[in-house]
Amino acid sequence: MIDKSKIVWRDVHLAFAEKQVLRGINLNVLEGESLVVIGGSGSGKSVLIKSVLGITKPDSGEVIVDSQNIVGCSSHEREAINSKIGMLFQGGALFDSISVWENVAFGLMQTGSARGTTARSRAIEVLGRVGLDKTVADLSPSELSGGMQKRVALARAIIDEPEIIFFDEPTTGLDPIMSDVINQLIISCVRDLGATAVTITHDMRSARTIADKVAMLYQGQIIWHEPVSNLDNPGNDYVDQFVHGRGEGPIQMTIRQ
Amino acid sequence: MKLFSGIGSVVLTFLAATGRVAAFAGSGLSHCLRPPFYGKQILRQLIEVGFYCLPVVALTTLFSGMVLALQSYTGFARFSAESAVANVVVLSMTRELAPVLAGLMVAGRIGASMAAEIGTMRVTEQIDALSTLSTHPMKYLVVPRIIAGLTMLPILVLIGDIIGVMGGYLVGVYRLGFNAVGYIEQTWNFIETLDVVSGLVKAAVFGFIVTLMGCYHGYMSRGGAQGVGIATTNAVVSSAILILVANYVITESFFSK
Repeated sequence: MIDKSKIVWRDVHLAFAEKQVLRGINLNVLEGESLVVIGGSGSGKSVLIKSVLGITKPDSGEVIVDSQNIVGCSSHEREAINSKIGMLFQGGALFDSISVWENVAFGLMQTGSARGTTARSRAIEVLGRVGLDKTVADLSPSELSGGMQKRVALARAIIDEPEIIFFDEPTTGLDPIMSDVINQLIISCVRDLGATAVTITHDMRSARTIADKVAMLYQGQIIWHEPVSNLDNPGNDYVDQFVHGRGEGPIQMTIRQ
Repeated sequence: MKLFSGIGSVVLTFLAATGRVAAFAGSGLSHCLRPPFYGKQILRQLIEVGFYCLPVVALTTLFSGMVLALQSYTGFARFSAESAVANVVVLSMTRELAPVLAGLMVAGRIGASMAAEIGTMRVTEQIDALSTLSTHPMKYLVVPRIIAGLTMLPILVLIGDIIGVMGGYLVGVYRLGFNAVGYIEQTWNFIETLDVVSGLVKAAVFGFIVTLMGCYHGYMSRGGAQGVGIATTNAVVSSAILILVANYVITESFFSK
């Protein structure tokens, strides 16, 4: 069987005003693979996945999904690409003016693939898949705990059975038990859907649980991209320092006196 | 040299901001003409602008009409022109006071809440989430608000005209001793279609300004709670200034000889 790339970043550069965030990213994710991207805060991890969603546009380089370069594509093409993608945002990004089930079924209702009671029952079914019962369906997102909000956001990301799922720091702000629950849900959802997953995290336990491969982003470049089994002996001082959370090493934090 | 570079920098910043607002307005208006339309969102905004602003507009115009009758009576008594009170009230209310006061009140009541709501959606990634769920944020968030501003403010001003004239009538008849039938007759005979129409045109323009500024500053807000606070302040201040400038321009185009 030939491994087929689902997403490819080829020499991607991106800057915000004076700040160069991505400096020639080269990375590929195979179909059905789960890639975890690690890196320090502000290193451009979120920007990397937002470049696929069209939320940020690279200054140069190519972002290829299913062999198609999507940089500068038309709004029609963008809609078609985004319909293949589910995204779990860092803070959940649930719409607080509508109920939980409307949040979950939002994409279905917008594309017209389900409406009214059909959309509601589909939303309740997917909420069940992430361990939430139907009593939460009519609540407002603000009435839920952080962990429950993450699950609702996960349900929203997977309801349309996307081919690609992005998880932006899925366990940030959760207690260790809830983090593990979310990790297991991510694994089962990705496995059941056969989706390609890209996860951004600082949580090494999460990375070890979810990943097939791990890539490290440092100063706007991918400096390491290997199977998760090599994470404990990466052969790279930067990765080794990051994975073991050591203050001493080649990565220097700037602290003002 | 430093002075010139400072002035140049201010001018360039102003021009860039004007360009951004113009591009945003153009994009918003063009989306108003192209499907899909979100009926539920449009209805919600019509109620928000039309219904929830009615009490504040009604109170403002009622008391303005009352004060105007009282002030013009005591002022005109100096040259024995007390009988012109009804004429002054109806002319001032329809041409100037109802549209300007309604515009400013709606800017405070709705422009601020639009900027805060959209700004919060921006900083919590809800706007990014909309894009990933096959929904254009301009169509879903901005178009319903612009439509509501353009259509509801003229209706509010029409109601405000009637209530303002009624305020003048109450003071004129019950406080100053005018004949009730005579006051109404004088008002009716003096008013011209152009007086009301010019006020309604102003109202539509002010409605557009308030909703545009609310949406623009909310949409462009950055940096958490502080960013949302700044966006809200900017929305109200810029709306108020633009309303006063537009008021002069429209008055000039309608009534200059």
